[in-house]
Amino acid sequence: MNADFTAEELEFQKEVRQFLEAEFPKDIKHKVDNGIRLEKDDYVRWQKILYKKGWVAPNWPVEYGGTGWNPTQKYIFAMEMGLYGAMEPVAFGMKMVAPVIYSFGNEEQKKRFLPDILASNVWWCQGYSEPNAGSDLASLKTTAVRDGDHYVVNGTKTWTTLGQHADWIFCLVRTDSTVKKQEGISFLLIDMKTPGIKVSPIVLLDGEPEVNEVHFDNVRVPAENLIGEENKGWTYAKVLLTHERTNIAQVPNSKLKLRKLHHLAANTPDGNGGTLLDDPMFARKLAEVDIQVLALEYAELRPLAAVSVGKAPGPESSILKIVGTEATQFIDELYMEVAAYHCMPHVPEQFTEGFEGERVAKGTLASSANVYFNNRKKSIYGGSNEVQKNIISKAVLGL
Amino acid sequence: MDFSYSDEQQMLQDSVQKFVMSQYDFDTRRKYLESEKGFSDEAWNLFAELGWLTVPFKEEDGGFGGSAVDLMVVMEEFGKGMVVEPFIPTGVISGGLITDLGSAEQKEALIGAIMEGSLQLATAYAEADSRYNLAAVGTTATKSGDEYVLNGTKIQVLNGPAADKLLVVARTSGGQFDRDGISVFIVDATATGISKREYTNVDGHRAAEIHLKDVKVAASELLGAEGAALPALEAAIDRATLAVGAEAVGAMDSLLKKTVEYAKTRKQFGVAIGTFQALQHRMSEMFIECQLARSIVIMAAMKLDSSASVQEKAKAVSAAKSRVGRAIRKVGQEAVQIHGGIAVTDELDVGHYFKRVTTIEHLFGNTDFHTLRYARL
Repeated sequence: MNADFTAEELEFQKEVRQFLEAEFPKDIKHKVDNGIRLEKDDYVRWQKILYKKGWVAPNWPVEYGGTGWNPTQKYIFAMEMGLYGAMEPVAFGMKMVAPVIYSFGNEEQKKRFLPDILASNVWWCQGYSEPNAGSDLASLKTTAVRDGDHYVVNGTKTWTTLGQHADWIFCLVRTDSTVKKQEGISFLLIDMKTPGIKVSPIVLLDGEPEVNEVHFDNVRVPAENLIGEENKGWTYAKVLLTHERTNIAQVPNSKLKLRKLHHLAANTPDGNGGTLLDDPMFARKLAEVDIQVLALEYAELRPLAAVSVGKAPGPESSILKIVGTEATQFIDELYMEVAAYHCMPHVPEQFTEGFEGERVAKGTLASSANVYFNNRKKSIYGGSNEVQKNIISKAVLGL
Repeated sequence: MDFSYSDEQQMLQDSVQKFVMSQYDFDTRRKYLESEKGFSDEAWNLFAELGWLTVPFKEEDGGFGGSAVDLMVVMEEFGKGMVVEPFIPTGVISGGLITDLGSAEQKEALIGAIMEGSLQLATAYAEADSRYNLAAVGTTATKSGDEYVLNGTKIQVLNGPAADKLLVVARTSGGQFDRDGISVFIVDATATGISKREYTNVDGHRAAEIHLKDVKVAASELLGAEGAALPALEAAIDRATLAVGAEAVGAMDSLLKKTVEYAKTRKQFGVAIGTFQALQHRMSEMFIECQLARSIVIMAAMKLDSSASVQEKAKAVSAAKSRVGRAIRKVGQEAVQIHGGIAVTDELDVGHYFKRVTTIEHLFGNTDFHTLRYARL
């Protein structure tokens, strides 16, 4: 066992830091540091910079544009990005659909889709969940019926994050309803400009239309957009889920949030002449979640080490999803505790670019309640934490 | 010992319950929130007509009696419908201060108007760096001839936007954290030198940040003796704390009911999700939390109505707020989690209950604050 970085790894860490310092756009950094909402263009611009550097896809195979880094380098890169406040590329293209395309797509599809994902020319969104297929995803009912060289798609997808920006959507659709539910599902790529698609925003608890319902009304999709074989979509989707879980623990983000929280607490008057950090009740909670994140970091490093010696990450990665989301959510609670009365004002306009009005007192703390509300989604999405516990009890514990 | 409501209390509960059920559905509430004022004058006038605005006041002042149990009865029902009308800032906090500190003339001028629904008030006590310490007052009031000059900034003034008059807590002497030297002034909301930054809170309630710059107030507008207002402010905030505690009990009751109902109807994997034992246990735990929260709020209300000492009463309120705060986190988070994605949308009422109870958790002292206050009292 050895937790030290090698000299080369330390050198790499330095290189990443220098790159971020030099290339992460200052205006985006300003937004991130001040809680100002990021726009589509901010993501696209940053991803193009990463692309230019050749660092946009650490987890892709080298032949499609991956970096060829070892797990430790990937870990260092993710950690430095997170601690600096630099966003990961939007997951839907990079982490979700691309691995399915390069693993199961044909050469034509790889050529057609992967370069634009890499270069952030095309924005993807996900069409998995449906109003009546949440945790029980395999019960999905959106149908795709073959008609000549097209599929005709009908149904409704929901929780489509940032679908309002999307050029393309990847969908799980039912192509056979006469077999076991997992066996009649196909994986289809759909151009959002196709006639018959309607996107309706869903406003979340913080007042933002972050997710959408996507309705398909007799949408004609060329059959060449089918990935792999018909009715094998569920298998492909499961592979996708393992990729989605890289950095699911969100350790770098949590560490950055904790670092800021510590600083905030040290500068927040406790109302009695001291600071909140002097309050043992608060200091204890802050330490506890800090320790939890540390344990999580090592829990994540262990499977990582396993991959580097040739083992696939197992279902125990469900631990990372559960503990990672819960740690984030607990940190959000502590932000509200620091803010006290300041967590209450709902003033979203002061978190938009170019806002020139009067901010409420300690304005940046005013987002803490909304962040808390919004992040309750984390224990629900990506396979709810209950589903993750089912996976552990079945696949790990053999119950 | 007797835990049953009197006939009058039962009638009060029935009447508020009927109103919430028949006239305050989720869409109506949303309409009120989206109106310019953020609440309904019509509803407020109805509260006056039905006598609910007299609940915070003593019989000798023309009120219903001013008992904490009565207040609890009203607030619990308000909680079930997430009523947004400014009953607490006008009636409980400001009304409480006037009851405790007001001269006969001041009571005469103000209490009647509150009860008939024609006067909106807001108490400006919190400051940017005061956290939950009511004695941490940096706003100053300097005597000059027969008037006072007020300077400072108040935050999170509930009902600040609609208030006709403000009760401003200011320091007339002493250092920033001294218990002595705190006074309350009745200030016209449109007085020269007052500027407001109005906003809506995450729970939909309206509030304002209020800046006071050389605001001149006649000495006759001092409420109570100069420099001696803190005990009354603490008592008023304690009553408001009990009130929101009772409101949270009502709101959590709704959250539990809605969650159980949803679990019975929402199907995944071919069955209602309520058939999963993992979820059944969690809903049982929500039920236990609701019961304990209700029990401790009743304890505190009874204590406030008893002959207990000021300290014992304060301790009971802190016990209630601390325990209710824990229940809020558990019940609120579980209600959302068991509903799943639909509960983090603006469309469903569950998320709005969650936002209201979470706000209550942080109002008038959070769980840590009240736990520590309980330990030290």
